[in-house]
Amino acid sequence: MENLHQQAIPIALVEADSTRLSAEEQHGIDALISHSPQLAGITIDALKLIQAERGWVSDASLHALSLYTNIPVADLDSVATFYNLIFRQPVGTVVLHPCDGISCDLMGAEHIRQCLSQQLNINTGETTPDNHFTLIPLPCLGACDKAPVMIANKQLFENMTEKEIPELIKALGEVSK
Amino acid sequence: MSQTFPHNPLTRFITSDETSWCLEQYQAHGGYQGFRKSLDMSQDQLLDTLKESNLRGRGGAGFPTGLKWSFVPRGNNAPSPRYLIVNADEMEPGVFKDRMLLEKTPHQIIEGLLVGAQTLGASIGYIFLRGDYYLAEERLTQALNECRAANLLGQNILGSELNFDIHLHTSAGRYICGEETALINSMEGKRATPRAKPPFPQVAGLWGKPTIVNNVETFCNLPHIINFGPQWFKELGLEEDAGTKIFGVSGRVNNPGLWELPMGTPIREIIEQHAGGMCDGYSLKGFLPGGGSTDFLVTEHLDVPMDYDAIGKQGSRMGTGTIIILDDKYCPVSMVLNLIKFFAQESCGWCTPCRDGLPWAQVLLEKIESGEGELEDITQLEELCRFAAPGNTFCALAPGAVEPLQSALNYFKKDFESHITQACCPFHVQQDLKLDLGHSHSMNKDGGESHEQV
Repeated sequence: MENLHQQAIPIALVEADSTRLSAEEQHGIDALISHSPQLAGITIDALKLIQAERGWVSDASLHALSLYTNIPVADLDSVATFYNLIFRQPVGTVVLHPCDGISCDLMGAEHIRQCLSQQLNINTGETTPDNHFTLIPLPCLGACDKAPVMIANKQLFENMTEKEIPELIKALGEVSK
Repeated sequence: MSQTFPHNPLTRFITSDETSWCLEQYQAHGGYQGFRKSLDMSQDQLLDTLKESNLRGRGGAGFPTGLKWSFVPRGNNAPSPRYLIVNADEMEPGVFKDRMLLEKTPHQIIEGLLVGAQTLGASIGYIFLRGDYYLAEERLTQALNECRAANLLGQNILGSELNFDIHLHTSAGRYICGEETALINSMEGKRATPRAKPPFPQVAGLWGKPTIVNNVETFCNLPHIINFGPQWFKELGLEEDAGTKIFGVSGRVNNPGLWELPMGTPIREIIEQHAGGMCDGYSLKGFLPGGGSTDFLVTEHLDVPMDYDAIGKQGSRMGTGTIIILDDKYCPVSMVLNLIKFFAQESCGWCTPCRDGLPWAQVLLEKIESGEGELEDITQLEELCRFAAPGNTFCALAPGAVEPLQSALNYFKKDFESHITQACCPFHVQQDLKLDLGHSHSMNKDGGESHEQV
């Protein structure tokens, strides 16, 4: 597989992202390949691994992964664009996922989402200018008895109220520094 | 070890604090007894026990588990390896029961897989876990490591001939992954679109090999059925269906939560007793009995038992058994719109009624909710529900998606009509008068783009 690293990349890359996998990334991908009965089986885990390292999955990252694994870019991208938790655009350090499932909305989650939007001065899908926060509501987070809820920084925030939002954003802002 | 017969097999390993038991604690309280017993039984005996127990799949469809498993080829000439997959990709709106089992009883799930491996001679198990369930991921990883160290996983488990290991796969998030063939495609590194059946996964599933996919709660039941016997399991249920069930309630009730209760528990008991009844100032208008893709039922159905067929006779489904309450202050059109938006967004796009029909329904509902609807829109919505009926689509997503819509058009038609005749949402008018009038509504009228990948 090492010869593949020498190939030229036939696209103009606008991102400042690395077009080669790092040693750690290569090591992680090798481990995935060794566990999977067939090569394609690593796709989702590999994309998640790249995202964990780089924050998101850029075109350059897809090409780097394709060159290393021999999985066609088109196959990688068709998977990358299908799933909610793989980001094909840059996101902030902390991604806020307020729930917009029905159980949360029955308990006033729409108002919570509006408050978050106002507090950060961004709409859903947007990132703050300082790159600290991105706001992406997710469907039902499976904590309906504690509605409204939000996931951020791998933490579940339960029974959210308008009042606590400024403090919460401040605390999460510390994480992103 | 005293052999008392528990009435709450699934939750008896759960303590009131927020922790989960380690291997040592789980075994000290009788954990892995069912699996140990299964090692002394033949595959035929195990399968017969499972069939006799009348266990039905707890993921929503309620298909008899023993029957499903009996389609897997067995014997020396059967294809191998054979795979077991735990469907832990809980994403149905209003469903939160599997999270509790995953976070609080990881060893119970592993034991269920081990019993399954012994029954079908499977050599590899996967736990397909929702990507956002971080605590569950942490605890399952720890439990799997404990089992590998104790030879509960690996080669010649506990000195037997069984070789079995379990891998944890965390999903990248898509509701359709809950459909078993879509889940298998996802595990193969593809877009999660459903496959044509036949062949069924039991014959040709993951990588073309025999594969069983079952819900978390279904697997959790297996060790207990082996340990305490199928007769005990059947007698747990109050009506036709066997065993217990994790029931739940969310919405404006005093005590939203989850409870393990006998199959066949009346809906009224769950809502009024366990969930503590409606909050002050709210009354019960209707409810979805088993998650976001089940038909509405109303107050006249409160005495129906939570049994697959009993709920089916009332025109709905028991689904996952987690009830979502619609109160009298919340707009039914808004509730259905929220659900249809979810299903439209989560449609994999593979077949037309779902890919095009659900966004169309969303447009019509948005029109009605914003006060710009016409009476013909209701007729069109009814027509759309018929287009998306079972048999017209590739999988159950679209038929499930229109269940709350078609039943809301039946029970709450007056509310749809009043939106049209009053040219506004009567519920939001009431709320806006009550809330602070100065609050900005221009901010973020959620244009349906919010779930797009960034």
